[in-house]
Amino acid sequence: MSHHIVEVKELRHTYPDGTAALNGVSFRIRHGEAVAVIGANGAGKSTLLLHLNGYLAPTSGEVRIGDFPLTRETLPEVRRTVGMVFQDPDDQLFMPTVFDDVAFGPLNLGLPPEEVESRVLDSLARVGAEHLTEKPPYRLSGGEKKRVAIATVLAMSPDILVMDEPTTGLDPFARRRLIGLLKEFRHTRIFTSHDLDMVLELCERVIVLREGVVVADGPAREIFRNEELLAACRLEKPLSMQGCPVCGNVTRQPEDIIRNRKGAVDE
Amino acid sequence: MAKIETTFLDFTYLDLLAEGETAVHRLDPRAKVLATAVFIVVVVSFGRYAVAPLVPFFLFPAVVVARGNLPAGFLARKLLFVLPFVLLVGILNPLFDRETALTLGPLAISGGWVSFFSIVLRSILTVGSALVLIATTGFTGICLALERLGVPQPFVVQLLFLYRYIFVLTEEAVRTVRARELRSCGRRGKGVGAFAPLVGTLLLRTWDRAERIHLAMLCRGFRGEFHVRRAYRFGTAETLFTLGWVGVFILFRLVNVSAILGGWITEMLQ
Amino acid sequence: MHMADALLSPAVGGAMWGAAAGAIAYCSRKVRSDLDNRRVPLMGVLGAFVFAAQMINFSIPGTGSSGHLGGGLLLTILLGPHAAFLVIASVLVVQALFFADGGLLALGCNIFNLGFFPAFVAYPLIYRRLVVGRSGGGREVAVTIAAAVAGLLLGALGVVLETVGSGVSALPLSTFVLMMLPIHLAIGVVEGVVTAAVVSFVRKARPEIVESVRETRPLAPFPMRPVLALFFVAALLVGGLLSRFASGNPDGLEWSIARVTGKGELTAPTGGLHGAVSSLQGKLALFPDYRFKQPPAGPKPGDARSGEAERGSGTSVAGMVGGVLTLLTALLIGFVLKRRNTSG
Ligand SMILES: Nc1ncnc2c1ncn2[C@@H]1O[C@H](COP(=O)(O)OP(=O)(O)OP(=O)(O)O)[C@@H](O)[C@H]1O
Ligand SMILES: [Mg+2]
Repeated sequence: MSHHIVEVKELRHTYPDGTAALNGVSFRIRHGEAVAVIGANGAGKSTLLLHLNGYLAPTSGEVRIGDFPLTRETLPEVRRTVGMVFQDPDDQLFMPTVFDDVAFGPLNLGLPPEEVESRVLDSLARVGAEHLTEKPPYRLSGGEKKRVAIATVLAMSPDILVMDEPTTGLDPFARRRLIGLLKEFRHTRIFTSHDLDMVLELCERVIVLREGVVVADGPAREIFRNEELLAACRLEKPLSMQGCPVCGNVTRQPEDIIRNRKGAVDE
Repeated sequence: MAKIETTFLDFTYLDLLAEGETAVHRLDPRAKVLATAVFIVVVVSFGRYAVAPLVPFFLFPAVVVARGNLPAGFLARKLLFVLPFVLLVGILNPLFDRETALTLGPLAISGGWVSFFSIVLRSILTVGSALVLIATTGFTGICLALERLGVPQPFVVQLLFLYRYIFVLTEEAVRTVRARELRSCGRRGKGVGAFAPLVGTLLLRTWDRAERIHLAMLCRGFRGEFHVRRAYRFGTAETLFTLGWVGVFILFRLVNVSAILGGWITEMLQ
Repeated sequence: MHMADALLSPAVGGAMWGAAAGAIAYCSRKVRSDLDNRRVPLMGVLGAFVFAAQMINFSIPGTGSSGHLGGGLLLTILLGPHAAFLVIASVLVVQALFFADGGLLALGCNIFNLGFFPAFVAYPLIYRRLVVGRSGGGREVAVTIAAAVAGLLLGALGVVLETVGSGVSALPLSTFVLMMLPIHLAIGVVEGVVTAAVVSFVRKARPEIVESVRETRPLAPFPMRPVLALFFVAALLVGGLLSRFASGNPDGLEWSIARVTGKGELTAPTGGLHGAVSSLQGKLALFPDYRFKQPPAGPKPGDARSGEAERGSGTSVAGMVGGVLTLLTALLIGFVLKRRNTSG
């Protein structure tokens, strides 16, 4: 399955009004990696993600998904491989009921009705939204919308999952659940987030964007230790890596994570 | 502004009513659409001085409101909102048509007043039946019924989209208006000069949203064909409902139930 | 202004439904054949936008009142006539169902009045013709106003003709025209100003949105002939069928002839014009049951009148008593059913 790589070469994007949002971004993401793209507001994260399924066309540079470059001809195929969860779930839920919405994709794939139904119920169960099946999307809370939006993408069983700020608006429990879900997902995951603790928990690798350029690309823990870099990019250490405001001690959790990770590497 | 919000609330409330779990709600939408259509045509087919023959038709909305467990008071209040235009045009009837059409003892009532009253009745019946239809069927149900009754798919699909995004966009508009309200003093800041950028911005945001929605559709394999689930079935209950009511309407059209009933009563009293 | 069910006869309402349905079918085919499936969500969402925008008021300088955007012309400028017509129609469908604006039978009239005229008359004949290639500035504003005014006046005229043609309201044609046109002239000017302001705002921010329609959409003239043909077929069919069904008293024709002969007696200010219109109606036998009630030459009001009224519509003492009773019975049935519902 090595063909589910995502490769971006010298990507530049200038919006019609002249804003240069991306100024030569390059990276290569291998199959099965979980990568977070972080950076300040307006750093170009959303713009970058929108190139990965061909919504925006590069002003210059190239995007390759799997074995082929992203062109007009490969677009439908690429869009089926790359499942994208948008920043605003309202953009993604357009059918009369939650069920219809999640079924939209599988029906378009031409699957038989029983298969469609089982996929719908399965993906709704994975995000903990089984009880919302017959509700219309406009009567869901923000977090419920987000979960259903994720389910619509899961129902397509994509090979690459791209998410723009998946945890905004989720309550702590739903966030925890989403993190669990993303950990389980075996394929490539690329997301942006301002939730740095989640980034630390989920990703081995972090790409830091600043004014449309990659300023750092490496293991999460290393990057979050680089205080200079963080300050320059208007970021800060994840809370779990900061000292306790009361006693000044660093909580134990990060060490656990480090230990786990070491274990994983040793294996 | 308060008015905007109540309009919107009414809207969402009507939408909620359609989620009811009664036998009327469960009928295939096509049955209700057809019965309502026949109802309206029959009601407006009466002559302009018809008042008494119209009255029996209240049976249909009354029964559906009852069986559908709908709040009659709310629907009546919604009806009051729409009467003004009809009243405006209708109220001139008494001015132009002063002939005595009927005498009640010493009281002479002109044809204008009779036809005015007829207009009022008609609008209550027709508009009321439309409200009852939406409250028992829901917009989506009606759209799906329309599609299955042969309305072209592009039209139906964009009706569904319109309905879905009314909720998102009116909320946006309400927020925008609230923000303007908080920062404008009295009438200042509410002229066309401030209105155009306000609405223009809303339009641009809407446009971008439409493009993102389209992308979301493409990501999920959209090729221009819409597949909608078809959970409804036109069975015995639907046939009975439609034919039964159509039969009742035709009966009421041909037989003046009010006059017969009134005749009996007056005879009995004498 | 929305047409209302209560003022319509089934013949007129049905004919307008036919016309509107034909136009919707035609536009749907047109939009589908454009092969640009990007338009489907765009149209729906812009329809929702019109709703949202109508909730935002602005004050009209010098009048103390406030107005809101109608949106028909704006949609046409942004989407082109075919797509815009469908969007306007769907906005009206939602209004008819939820806000009870007009009603369902009047929907055909409203779609025609508020959709057809701006999209297929005002836009191609005024806006497109005069504004093309000379965007921006006072000229564009003037042309937009002209187009908006034309669309609205035609729509108002539509309301008037449909109402008078239905004969439920006793309002004479010219009075109605005099009542409607000045109001709609004013509304049209305001609509034009606002539309021009919004369009120019959008053009400054995102020129490609406004230009895309103009460039990619060569203006295909709307096929008027099929529409008219459809219109007449629908009118004849519906009128023929329904008027047979509707005219419980077979003397409808006699009555209109009597009225025509008694034209000298007409008291309404525009008897001549109106008489001509209704005699035409009488001759076509399309709307025989909806004639205007005028005293026939000679007889005293009272005897003939009450007899006719009773026969025609049953408004008599017995009718009144029965009516009230029937109403009560209907409501009572509803009430009993409701009780059973909640208890059971
Ligand atoms: N449609 C657009 N037209 C013009 N400029 C845009 C557009 N969308 C974004 N930009 C600009 O491009 C730059 C990058 O925006 P982008 O949305 O990618 O930021 P982001 O990193 O996702 O920010 P956030 O964290 O706030 O979501 C910003 O300077 C923004 O102003
Ligand atoms: Mg973003």
